[in-house]
Amino acid sequence: MPSYFQRIPMKILLLSLLLITSIFANDFESATHALVHSSTKEKITIVEQLSETYANDNRLILLFNALLDSKLFYKTSDDTLVYLLKKDDDNYYTKTVLSSQVLEVMNKSDFKKVKTNNKLRSVIRNKVSELSLILGDETARLDAAKNIANHLNPDSITLIDKALLKEKNADILSILQESKLILSVKYATGKVQEDAIVALADSLSQTSIQALQEVQNGSDEKLKALAKQSIAYIKEGRTFYSYIEKAFFGLSLGSILLLAALGLSITFGVMKVINMAHGELIMLGAYTAFTIQQLFPTLIEYSLLISIPVAFIVSGIFGILIERFVIRHLYSRPLETLLATFGISLILQQIVRSVYSPLNQVVKTPQWMSGTLEINSALSLTYSRLYIIIFAIMVFFTVLFVLKKTSLGLKVRAVTQNRPMAQAMGIRTGLIDAITFGLGSGLAGVAGVALSQLTNVGPNLGQAYIVDSFMVVVFGGVGNLWGTFIGAMTIGELNKFLEPSVGAILTKVLVLVMIILFIQKKPRGLFPQKGRDAQD
Amino acid sequence: MNTTFVKKLSIAALLAASLSAQAADTIKVGVLHSLSGTMAISETTLKDTVLMMIEAQNKKGGLLGKKLEPVVVDPASNWPLFAEKMRSLLTKEKVDVTFGCWTSVSRKSVLPVVEELNGLLFYPVQYEGEESSYNVFYTGASPNQQAIPAVDYLMKEASVKRWVLAGTDYVYPRTTNKILKAYLMSKGVAESDIMVNYTPFGQSDWQSIVSEIKKFGSAGKKTAVVSTINGDANVPFYKELGNQGIHAEDIPVIAFSVGEEELAGIDTEPLLGHLAAWNYFQSAESKPNTAFIKEWRAYTKNPKRVTNDPMEATYIGFNLWVKAVEKAGTTNVDKVIDAMVGLKTPNLTGGTAEMLPNHHLTKPVLIGEIQEDGQFEIVYQTKEVDGDAWSDFLPGSKDLISNWKAPLKCGNYDTKTKQCLGDKK
Repeated sequence: MPSYFQRIPMKILLLSLLLITSIFANDFESATHALVHSSTKEKITIVEQLSETYANDNRLILLFNALLDSKLFYKTSDDTLVYLLKKDDDNYYTKTVLSSQVLEVMNKSDFKKVKTNNKLRSVIRNKVSELSLILGDETARLDAAKNIANHLNPDSITLIDKALLKEKNADILSILQESKLILSVKYATGKVQEDAIVALADSLSQTSIQALQEVQNGSDEKLKALAKQSIAYIKEGRTFYSYIEKAFFGLSLGSILLLAALGLSITFGVMKVINMAHGELIMLGAYTAFTIQQLFPTLIEYSLLISIPVAFIVSGIFGILIERFVIRHLYSRPLETLLATFGISLILQQIVRSVYSPLNQVVKTPQWMSGTLEINSALSLTYSRLYIIIFAIMVFFTVLFVLKKTSLGLKVRAVTQNRPMAQAMGIRTGLIDAITFGLGSGLAGVAGVALSQLTNVGPNLGQAYIVDSFMVVVFGGVGNLWGTFIGAMTIGELNKFLEPSVGAILTKVLVLVMIILFIQKKPRGLFPQKGRDAQD
Repeated sequence: MNTTFVKKLSIAALLAASLSAQAADTIKVGVLHSLSGTMAISETTLKDTVLMMIEAQNKKGGLLGKKLEPVVVDPASNWPLFAEKMRSLLTKEKVDVTFGCWTSVSRKSVLPVVEELNGLLFYPVQYEGEESSYNVFYTGASPNQQAIPAVDYLMKEASVKRWVLAGTDYVYPRTTNKILKAYLMSKGVAESDIMVNYTPFGQSDWQSIVSEIKKFGSAGKKTAVVSTINGDANVPFYKELGNQGIHAEDIPVIAFSVGEEELAGIDTEPLLGHLAAWNYFQSAESKPNTAFIKEWRAYTKNPKRVTNDPMEATYIGFNLWVKAVEKAGTTNVDKVIDAMVGLKTPNLTGGTAEMLPNHHLTKPVLIGEIQEDGQFEIVYQTKEVDGDAWSDFLPGSKDLISNWKAPLKCGNYDTKTKQCLGDKK
């Protein structure tokens, strides 16, 4: 009898030994396999165990990153964990997690995703940061440093010290040093804390302010005074950069207005044609970008660059057709032109609805255009906006060059200034009209490609920009390209400096009122055309 | 020879009888959804849903032995036109029931007409509450079935301490945000921890607003954005969030107007993990849902077509109406309305929807995280919650109740003064 009782604990001991070995001695395989059928709560524990056991294993970072990017799947037939390498439509290209063996292409329905949620992702991201701060490549280390700086806790210091010893990259070093200072402000005492409080004055981040505010709320009078001083420094710096940020936002909005209005400043400003279909020509440009991405799904990175000339041609051809078949017959009858082009705009919208569906379409953002350029912790500029500003300015100067320095530009100006005289000089005015209108329309198409990165690509895209475009041209002075440029930038800056204090809705109202008042004072806009022909 | 002749004759007679019955005696179902204009994108789907349900019901033999006949009209996203079309449905077409409206302003526009002519309207979209009409059944969520549980979830599960209430400038976001602000402050959130922001319809430049949200959210307390931003403006908003590097893990955005259909027009990769609160998601696992999705895809002949929450509300409303007519044995509006209260029907998330005396439904609240394929992963689900017509968190309405059953029969009964503030039925 006693032997029977003794045997049970022996059994349990053996069993648990077996279990322990299966977790520790056994491979990565069974440990990762647990991820397949577990709740997110269980997954958090698994992730924590994994990162303890396999801290130095490169496969772990790979696995975690796949989880973060929703690229970790499992085969429904035998629960094999796989990474998703590529998918086209329903075909999945995968390789196994454990043996890195590339599997044959299989249908989407053969796989299920290993599900994650915000909580789990944030745990994983912290673990990944801890792992890759030491082992990762430069970009991974930078991301890790940023993430750690955002989630500082007293234990972070060991990791940061370890990384500081090895790190060479200046950006990463400065983030780590700042984090170290913040930790010292929060948790150190005596001289170290004092020095840290003073040194933190050079930082610009919100986290530094918070750490200092904690000190300010403390009881030590000397430290409080120091902290107060540092906070004042930081806030001063942040205010300065917030003005730069606002100016950048204004520039960005201005450059979008410039792109949208540039074509109009040629058709309306130079040719005096009120083209209500201008917005729809912009829309056609955006749809061209969408179509190019659909036709060449493998060239997403270059699709926008390809779209620019294509959209110019597509919208330009539509513009020439509109000019030849409708507007040509209506020169010097502005009211009829307005109505006719408004009709054309409705037709173009409906064509797009019928061809592409009334739903909005997705124009993907290429990798090189997404993300932000971080100048410092108080100022970061989004790449897409930055590129659009540069692009708008390039387009502007190209148009300026074409109109001012080429023989085509000379003829355009001659025809618009004095049609009968130009005709008498042997200029084919009809051809010049068509080309000029095509140029203006083509520019609208180019604007559409840029806008596809910022807003909805749908049949109503153009309507949102037509009023703004006219506003810019009228405000800047009809017939003056520089006027359009300055007008667009002024309206952009005005919007962005007003918005934070009075809100988005009131800003729109205020800007409109200001422009109306301005036009009352100067009916010909900022830069009125001078000379005899301008008086008519 | 003789018998076959008689058989043939009787079959012919039967056929003729049934045909004539079908032509003369049908139950007319009005469908009042915009098929053109800005709301067409969302509302066309609901029109198709009603038509699909009618077709299915007719295949089952119709209702009370009669066939259902849809009468589809197009109010063209034009709010006054909604009222006109409703009037013609009730007076000219003499429909027995109408399924319709999407925006609150269209509902407010048809309300006087439906009440005047004693019609019957099923309204299938989540709305701001503060309304209860004898002639309307609200099958979408009221604020306590969407907004408040969503905020509760963030408060408890994500320990959010700071709130941005961002919305489009019209009645639904304004009322919802007013309720939410009162609710948050009753839970001890300081006013300085709440930021309210309104933008016009179709806002496309979100740079400064998103940058403000980012600054507001980096003050050391966990921050979330509660978004009642409507329609088109969502795409540039989410794009800007992605561009400025706001991850769902840092500042989650919970939306009340973004569903599967809206996500179909967005590149969802940067949205991973942002949230939405609804009473139904296509990803809900239940037998009726699988069947419904299959039926919908077969009906629209599109194997990738998505379903959404207002579709479920339409589905529930239609089924309840069928049950009520069967129970009352007639399509008489007063009798159907009376029979309706207390009826139960399965919803698509595996539970039951019950019609309450205040003409609202019991609904479970689901919180979903956006996945990279445009579907929602359900991360939280409550039991069925009773729809509340009058919010308990607004000073003007917290004492009001609505009960259209026998002794009370009142849509806005003040429990303090014991008076019915509106018309009694």
